[in-house]
Amino acid sequence: MAVTAIVILRIKNLFTVVMLGGIYSLLSAQMFVNLDAVDVAFTEAAVGAGISTVLMLGTLALTSREEKSEKKSSRTFWLPLVVVFSTGIALIYGTLDMPDYGDPNAPVHHHVAPRYLLDSEGEVGMPNVVTSVLASYRGFDTLGETTVVFTALVGVLILLATRRRRKDNDAPTLADLEEQEDDA
Amino acid sequence: MQYNEIINPGLYNYWIVIFLMMIGFYIVIARGNLVKKLVGLNIFQTSVFVLYISMGKVVGGTAPIFGEGFEVFSNPLPHVLILTAIVVGVATTALGLSLVVRIREAYGTIEEEDIHAQEEDF
Amino acid sequence: MMKRKPILRVTSKVFMPFILLFALYVQFHGDFGPGGGFQAGVIFASSFILYALIFGLHDAKMVMPSSVLEVLAALGVLLYAGVGVVSFFVGDNYLNYNSLAHDPLHGQHYGILLVELGVGVTVFAAMTLIFYTFAGRGR
Repeated sequence: MAVTAIVILRIKNLFTVVMLGGIYSLLSAQMFVNLDAVDVAFTEAAVGAGISTVLMLGTLALTSREEKSEKKSSRTFWLPLVVVFSTGIALIYGTLDMPDYGDPNAPVHHHVAPRYLLDSEGEVGMPNVVTSVLASYRGFDTLGETTVVFTALVGVLILLATRRRRKDNDAPTLADLEEQEDDA
Repeated sequence: MQYNEIINPGLYNYWIVIFLMMIGFYIVIARGNLVKKLVGLNIFQTSVFVLYISMGKVVGGTAPIFGEGFEVFSNPLPHVLILTAIVVGVATTALGLSLVVRIREAYGTIEEEDIHAQEEDF
Repeated sequence: MMKRKPILRVTSKVFMPFILLFALYVQFHGDFGPGGGFQAGVIFASSFILYALIFGLHDAKMVMPSSVLEVLAALGVLLYAGVGVVSFFVGDNYLNYNSLAHDPLHGQHYGILLVELGVGVTVFAAMTLIFYTFAGRGR
């Protein structure tokens, strides 16, 4: 996973970058399965590897496929690196106070989680705790998230669907993308 | 299985998260291409997901779905939060991509430097 | 459009009903196994995106016009919020499903099913419509 991320950093061809992004998502989905979060893994595999890759490809079809090779002046190279390293070191210093991985006595497991795990079968009656927390205990959250998805849709429609509506047949299909590939 | 003090995995999950997060952060601030910035932002986002999910993990636990013979479950709360965050994340990514498309139409480029150069010409 | 790619056309046609069926399974089986509205909506949308990629956007819009999708996206949010309002009327807190049926557990079941349906419909419509707008933008 880390290797994929570094390769994404180095490669200039945006098509490859987007494809590696999909692979990265799938790897993280596998990681979520290992961490017992099957619902999350399911979503990540469907959304991260599927939909967002397709959307990125759609954007690439509308824009350019190559990243411009930038001139490596010392300022653009060193300043971000210094910022990133100092932030990373500060964060690692912060983790020294965190509970260990997998520790059942960590504070996160003692606030509301026992209620969900012990009582939800009697209160909601669903075997899948994630669903009952998502839709019942935290229904307000989920309502908010659904509204965010809807709002993002409205934003995309406002930005892209207003001006310059073309005939639908002009839309890039897989065949057009492949022809573009052949031309290049 | 009891939590084992001797085979202690320690804090390495946080360090993986920070490593991924910093790669994403570096892509966002150091690369000029807007699509690549969004990919970097996605890496950053995924690292935060991993942070939450790994905090919810309990050693010896299983996925929080009730079934016979399972006693220890991982914490379902981070799973719920991240589940919704992923879908919202892709919706906002789509919004960002549509902004990139509009920028491309207005300036004819998606490189940050070229956009700045065109702005200064005005 | 893709007259030269018979294998892609045939396999995608064969797969379409299974993807749709799987999405419905994920939608309504979310109470018992992994799954739920978010995932089902995405899978449902991906089947239409596959169709649009293979057969072209025009044909996909014949099956699922974007005006219908616009209505569906709003309808999903309304369904979700409406369930909350209904629980108002039967004398309970907003989004508290206990009083939707005589038995609180059944009420919870109905509530979660409807709410997940609202989520699924919104996510499906939003994702498909976002793809339509990106693909329909042209060059």
